[in-house]
Amino acid sequence: MDYTQIAIMAVVIMTGVGVVFGFVLALADKKFAMEENPLIGEVEEALPKGQCGACGFAGCAKYAEAVVLDPEVPPNLCVPGKAEVATVVANLTGKVAEATEPKYAHIRCRGGAGIAKLAFNYKGVHDCAAAKLVQQGPKDCKYGCLGFGNCVKACPFGAMSMGENGIPVVNKSLCTGCGKCASICPQHVIELIPISAKVTVSCSSKDMGAAARKACTAACIGCGLCMKNCTHKGGVKVVDHLAIVDPSICRECDDLTCVDKCPTKAIAALVARTKKEENVG
Amino acid sequence: MGAYFTLFIGAVLINNFVLTKFLGLCIFFGVSKNLNASIGMGFAVTSVITLSTILAWLLYNFILVPFGLTFLRTITFVVLIASFVQLLEIVIKKMSPTLYNMWGIYLMLIATNCIVLSVPVLSVTNNYNFIQNIVFAVGSGLGFALALILMASAREKLDYADVPEALKGTPIAFIVAGMLSLAFLGFSGML
Repeated sequence: MDYTQIAIMAVVIMTGVGVVFGFVLALADKKFAMEENPLIGEVEEALPKGQCGACGFAGCAKYAEAVVLDPEVPPNLCVPGKAEVATVVANLTGKVAEATEPKYAHIRCRGGAGIAKLAFNYKGVHDCAAAKLVQQGPKDCKYGCLGFGNCVKACPFGAMSMGENGIPVVNKSLCTGCGKCASICPQHVIELIPISAKVTVSCSSKDMGAAARKACTAACIGCGLCMKNCTHKGGVKVVDHLAIVDPSICRECDDLTCVDKCPTKAIAALVARTKKEENVG
Repeated sequence: MGAYFTLFIGAVLINNFVLTKFLGLCIFFGVSKNLNASIGMGFAVTSVITLSTILAWLLYNFILVPFGLTFLRTITFVVLIASFVQLLEIVIKKMSPTLYNMWGIYLMLIATNCIVLSVPVLSVTNNYNFIQNIVFAVGSGLGFALALILMASAREKLDYADVPEALKGTPIAFIVAGMLSLAFLGFSGML
């Protein structure tokens, strides 16, 4: 057999093998075609498709599949979708949607330019994680927002922007509470708070009073005045020289004494004062 | 009978594909973090190797040899295995959803793996007959499963061990794999 013949045979055999396998596969695909539950597609259509993974599944398609096929999976797991999507999914799958309290991201730091003192001038990579590697960041306060906007870049819904003072701003109407920013922030200054929260602390510093004050004029100094003046016991607590608000207790309270008493305004009201208070004041 | 037994033990222990021939290492390190996953993967690989080696043997001896095209074996086996795994996936998906949920994700990983290609290639280069071919394939697959399961058991324990900071994760897995490989070297005097 000369070489031309071998070459021709090789081409013929390879083509033949390829065609045979191709046909077998095509045939099998037809014969064993899997009807997918059409509900899965409908549910997926109803989800926001941010692919954020806040539901605990690997993307919206996986959650849609799970919620349709598994009776144990509740329809309200989609955090960005809020109650709206939960109701749609519940209607589609015939499950009962339990109320979910929508949440949004809140930056626990007000130490922007001119408020928080700088320890040194950072000229490295424009990235929070990189800046943190250099002596825990360029600010005197080692707990605050670094201001390089990793959260802004991470937000799948475009709800975050960098404020002029170097602290990110959350657009509450766009924020879905998926928590991507909170998980990416190397300083852990972002927390998710329920929409109904009335007061919140905008500082993460665990430094003692004088040290915290020296590093940043907006810091929580851990004086405890808010805790002492809290009318609903346990609503505000000071742990490690830092005030922490428990929204589940705070929502019952209309009194904003804690906000008034705070000497550095680290604790702030998120709601307008109630009518009763306005009359008094 | 004795010859087949020798061949089988040889494929499982002495010429273990992972620990003495260093094939299939990507699955070996990728799937050995969890014992359950590694059992699934081990048996998925065993079945795919066995079936594709049988098909490859038939293709080689009835098509490639008569036409004098044995030099084409690697490329035809690649095509064969890729399409066969695809076919298997389609069939399993329809026939047994439970099995598909257990194995489905591994099947595609197997399609392009070197161990699945090397078993048929070695089998035809050694001129095994049909029965020898099956014995060799099953042995190789079980050898792989054995190595994977041993590795996964060791790595699950490693999660709780006090490993030096620099060696945490993959580095210590490589060291463990090296020790397992040394242990398997002990089998080389058996036959």
